Amino acid sequence: MTRPVLLEAKNICAYYGATQVLHGLDLSIAEGGITTLLGANGAGKTTMLRSVCGMVRATGEIRFRGRQIAGEATEDIVRLGIAHVPEGRGTFVRLTVEENLHLGAITRGGKAGIAADVERVFGYFPRLRERYRQQAGTLSGGEQQMLAIGRAMMLRPTLMLLDEPSFGLAPLIVQEVFTILKQMNEREKVSLFLVEQNAALALDLADHAYLLETGRVVMAGPARELREDENIRRAYLGY
Amino acid sequence: MELFLHQVLAGIATGGIYACMALAIVMIYQAIDHLNFAQGEMAMFSTFIAWQLIQWEVPYWAAFFITLAVSFAGGYLIERIIMKPIHNAPILSHVALFIALFAVINSLAGFIWEYQIKSFPSPFGTHSVLGEGLISAHDAGMTGVTVTLLVFLFLFFRYTRIGLAMRAAAANPESARLVGIRVEWMLALGWGMAASIGAVAGMLIAPVVFLEPNMMASILLYGFAGAVVGGLTSPGGAVIGGVLVGIIENLAGTFIPYVGSELKLSIALALIVFVLTVKPSGLFGRSVVHRV
Amino acid sequence: MAMKTRSAFTDLIAFFGALAVALAPYRRWLILGLVLLIVLPMPFVVKNFFVFQLTLAMVYAIAILGLNLLTGFNGQFSLGHSAFYAIGAYTAAILMDQYDVAYYWTLPIAGIICFVAGFLFGLPALRLEGIYLALATFALAVAMPQILKLSPFEHWTGGVQGIVILKPNAPFGLPLNPDQWLYYFTFAVMLALFLCAYNLVSSRTGRAIKAIRDNSIAAKAMGVNLSLYKSLTFGVSALYTGVAGALGGIVVQFVAPDSFTFALSVALFVGLVVGGVGSIAGALFGAWFVLFVPNIAEHISKGLAGAVYGIMLILLIYLMPSGLAGLVRLVVMRFARASR
Repeated sequence: MTRPVLLEAKNICAYYGATQVLHGLDLSIAEGGITTLLGANGAGKTTMLRSVCGMVRATGEIRFRGRQIAGEATEDIVRLGIAHVPEGRGTFVRLTVEENLHLGAITRGGKAGIAADVERVFGYFPRLRERYRQQAGTLSGGEQQMLAIGRAMMLRPTLMLLDEPSFGLAPLIVQEVFTILKQMNEREKVSLFLVEQNAALALDLADHAYLLETGRVVMAGPARELREDENIRRAYLGY
Repeated sequence: MELFLHQVLAGIATGGIYACMALAIVMIYQAIDHLNFAQGEMAMFSTFIAWQLIQWEVPYWAAFFITLAVSFAGGYLIERIIMKPIHNAPILSHVALFIALFAVINSLAGFIWEYQIKSFPSPFGTHSVLGEGLISAHDAGMTGVTVTLLVFLFLFFRYTRIGLAMRAAAANPESARLVGIRVEWMLALGWGMAASIGAVAGMLIAPVVFLEPNMMASILLYGFAGAVVGGLTSPGGAVIGGVLVGIIENLAGTFIPYVGSELKLSIALALIVFVLTVKPSGLFGRSVVHRV
Repeated sequence: MAMKTRSAFTDLIAFFGALAVALAPYRRWLILGLVLLIVLPMPFVVKNFFVFQLTLAMVYAIAILGLNLLTGFNGQFSLGHSAFYAIGAYTAAILMDQYDVAYYWTLPIAGIICFVAGFLFGLPALRLEGIYLALATFALAVAMPQILKLSPFEHWTGGVQGIVILKPNAPFGLPLNPDQWLYYFTFAVMLALFLCAYNLVSSRTGRAIKAIRDNSIAAKAMGVNLSLYKSLTFGVSALYTGVAGALGGIVVQFVAPDSFTFALSVALFVGLVVGGVGSIAGALFGAWFVLFVPNIAEHISKGLAGAVYGIMLILLIYLMPSGLAGLVRLVVMRFARASR
């Protein structure tokens, strides 16, 4: 079953200053699916995500629903329906959980709609309801990750980008988060594009996977296939 | 005792002005991590505009609000046109630019309106309020306007969407972009608001110190003192700091011998240096922790 | 790369580029030679008043170099150097006026006093960074004229009226008028101080100083004694500006509290930015800007002199963020690249 392409990136070259980090990447993300980008530290995974959102100097073509978004400002790209949960979560630590969530919906009006969305976030992350009026910086790592995802959900995005959601979290919490991500994808029809160092988890969750090595795609295909691949098993899955 | 009370109340009144300047300074500082040394001159220029309107027979309060609007536009434009090219430049460039702005605005004001002091009307009259000689009407009026302004700002930032967006843009510009906030617009908005607040301070203090191009220099200094004492990262602290500086300045001037108007300035500065050595983040600010 | 048609122009650029590359190792000597060639005959070529102005430019260059050592090379912000300039100037004036000390002895004495003053100010300043340090030094600058006017000190400082000094005559009966002699004297002092600064900056100490500017945490981790170096740099910086102040007082023949207001600190700071932070030669450019541009601005428009000055400064910051020295570096690099 082929799904329509939601995001397509062609020949992406990204630079930090004069250093080239991505060398002609080609990617495509299917609508409604979960795609993951794997690779070791420094492979360029985060850079790829940032290129999609216009946060890094990049050349090449990026089309979201057929519309060229390369070169546009981050805030304009976001308003098209792409939510980004950044590396380090990007929480507004001095603001409350309530304010963080409301900020997710800041580009929309309509009080009633926002209240309903907040309820939906609580549905997935009941812990946030308890912490509603607390300063976000006082939340634990896992809770901040949930808050970051919740904030992204408030955007009512079509595509959600997640940068290493498992980072720094206890294994139990990670399981919780990933289960919720799966539920989100199925119920809200949000496509996910996930960058992960934890290959085992990512390949369990995703339908489609890319493997990045020093700024180049070296393998791509259905997650099932990559999971069974001999080389990947040895290098990234540890058996 | 009555003298003490009188001086404290007068100190609170002028402290309100310093609080306004301090607030304007902190607002911009929170957004761009720089102190706008030209804030006082912008306030002075706004006050001259108000004066000019009044000369043209515009009623006081109309002139007041027109000036607020014009100042807002001015601050907005200065940010968009003059500050924008150096957004990513090092701190020294910013400081030099503020100095240049100071020179331009001061010189323009002197050129257009000349250097003779002018009197600026007070809408509150000169009689005493609350018993004989305790507090003048203008001082009471100043305090009233300042309090109103601060309450308005508090409500704005706490309960409106734009207020929240501005706070987010100042706190974490990158994350703000990720929720779709146009950070550059928020920055310019902040400048506009700071300019208006400065205009309020200027228009309130002008009846007391008389209007001339160099009138805001020492007031800006007291504003800095207030912002630093309160903590550069805390708007609420800046306000309290400003009021404290006003009270201390007044009490020092009245009760300590040898402290004439000139030395009052040095006292404010001694205060800055003292606070900075003892607690660099001020009374209410938080120490900024830098991750290595 | 497409083949470019070679024109005489391209060849010329390539020639200069090759020249720049070949001469690069000797550029310091070349600059020195050039400077001497222009500077030495000056007093005999131009009017006395201009000689006076040139001398003052050199004085400011020394002061700006002092500021540069602190801010440009060590990363500590100072808006208070007018205070050290004032201390130096008053030291010279008081010594010459009340104790009949010869003018050339006032320089080292002023230097030492200012070094101590700078070092002592630098100690509490250790805890302050960036904008907080700027504020504290700003406070110092504004307080200084007040302190100089205080009645208890009037006996020495002459209060608001200040002190008048006599310009020294040329020694050994040389055929120079006082202005010309002071020109050469100042030039010699400036040369010596610039060379010392250059040596300091290139030495191990200099590297430690610069390391603190670039990454003080890393510097500390590598064993650089932060407190010592930062305070020392403050002291040396104050020394330079203090010596400049002493010279300045002698050149102008007059010291008064209101000559040393915050405006002077601003001028030094602007000179620093315009000349180029972290560049020793830049101090000269900066001094020229600070001394002559206000005059030019006044010529352009008497009433709007300040505005013209401000606009020129704004343009400079947009176009030359690394100052004049940075621009020169850029141009030399361009030429060097073109020659390959």
